Amino acid sequence: MDSDALTAAHAKVDAIYRDESRQVLATLIRLLGDFDAAEEALQEAFAVAMEQWPRDGIPSNPRAWLVSTGRFKAIDGMRRRARYDASLNELTKHIENTTSEPLVEHEDEHIEDDRLRLIFTCCHPALAEEAQLAMTLREVCNLTTEEIARAFLTKPATMAQRIVRAKTKIRDARIPYEVPLPSELPERLDSVLRVVYLVFNEGYSASSGASLTRADLSGEAIRLGRLLLQLLPEPEVIGLLALVLLHESRRPARAAANGDLVLLEQQDRSLWNQDLIREGISLVERALASKRIGPYTLQAAIAAVHAEAPNAKETDWAQIVALYDLLMRADPSPIIELNRAVAVAMRDGPAKGLELVNALLERGELAQYHLAHATRADFCQRLGKFADARASYQRALALAKQEPERRFLEKRLNELND
Amino acid sequence: MKYLCLVYVEEQILNAFPSEKRRSISDEAMSYCEKLQKAGQLLAASPLHPVETATTVRVREGKTTTTDGPFAETKEQLGGFLMIDVPDLNDAIRIAAQFPAARFGSVEVRPMKELGCAD
Repeated sequence: MDSDALTAAHAKVDAIYRDESRQVLATLIRLLGDFDAAEEALQEAFAVAMEQWPRDGIPSNPRAWLVSTGRFKAIDGMRRRARYDASLNELTKHIENTTSEPLVEHEDEHIEDDRLRLIFTCCHPALAEEAQLAMTLREVCNLTTEEIARAFLTKPATMAQRIVRAKTKIRDARIPYEVPLPSELPERLDSVLRVVYLVFNEGYSASSGASLTRADLSGEAIRLGRLLLQLLPEPEVIGLLALVLLHESRRPARAAANGDLVLLEQQDRSLWNQDLIREGISLVERALASKRIGPYTLQAAIAAVHAEAPNAKETDWAQIVALYDLLMRADPSPIIELNRAVAVAMRDGPAKGLELVNALLERGELAQYHLAHATRADFCQRLGKFADARASYQRALALAKQEPERRFLEKRLNELND
Repeated sequence: MKYLCLVYVEEQILNAFPSEKRRSISDEAMSYCEKLQKAGQLLAASPLHPVETATTVRVREGKTTTTDGPFAETKEQLGGFLMIDVPDLNDAIRIAAQFPAARFGSVEVRPMKELGCAD
């Protein structure tokens, strides 16, 4: 074989790795009952593929070939180790017996289930939320530990330890590799959706530091959302995908050329991605039609109203307030109340909004939340109460951590002083 | 797989319940344990005397110190335990969630190490 053909064959194996490795891994975890053993078997299977496929051609079902090669390699390795450690004998026999089922193409449904098993196991509520995020990005999305650490601004060693601990707990506490029972699905799905949402948000607005957006994490969240929709088309899965797509559509307008934050009200809406908006809106309609409407769908519906409005002034604020009222019933939180107050201010004027924000701040839950003070400052400014506005901007600035947000608040404060 | 379910309850909360409510909770716990035992899922279970009866023992450099009270002063106290044998953590969580004290206290589910096993 000449070197060009060899390069082409290797490129093909690489492409199959990109497209199939997570599915192969998901099935190997089920067959071998262990994340690390499955990861090792996956690498070995691809090493064999790299050697054989360029020579013998690519098998008709590469995924099934990789699964059975990986399984064979794992059992072979265990047999070798069992020669030195008798206690492994039983385990090897057990795995051989439980995995002797033939892997053929009509098992595709089973294999789809494996991907859901993997997602539900990584997002198991018995794991800490940060461990759920790390496991999902590592095992489901195939990000490296270094990439995940960089995205969450932590050291690779910390992230690696987090992943090791999670795998240890999965093994030692015996977290089963299964799709939850229908009776447990709502609670378990909540935890999966939350992981997708948090990954998106981490990419959309970094929780601290200089960079306002980390598009690659948002991209992973969108890919995860699409995969989940394909595997489990529940209304809230549809609603969440709609929500992240509609937020993503505004990304080009969210930051000025110098990195400064641009508020929704001032964004150049011609920059919004219309393809994402169309897709998001059609998903919102689909989720609403299900009549099982949850908080993600309601948030997506609010985002859709914004997406359809030509500008802030001509937005259907009455509808947005009504959607916030529903959201308050589905998932009450002071942040939702704050957002509702902004919508009320747009519908009924800043005095009404100020009343609501003052009451909210008095209750204390949002006293340390910079956006609550920034919102109050904005209402005061619009009402001509400049001293109050100044005090609130200063309070917001003292609490804000992100550089672009701080610059934004400083700018507003300077405008007041002029 | 064996799990030890440690039932933590704030004794003050329990003491504040009217006596009929305490009795009905206790009856419910008893019949739940019977049900688990019939299903072959329960190895042992017992409520514990209140935390004032606890004694903590330590041996340091051969010297035994015995002190009054629990290992750690916490808001919720260890009030009882269930030792169960079920296939996996999801089953253990299901069993813990149906134990009456889970509604006003907490149940810590701990996998037990099995001596002599490969893992």
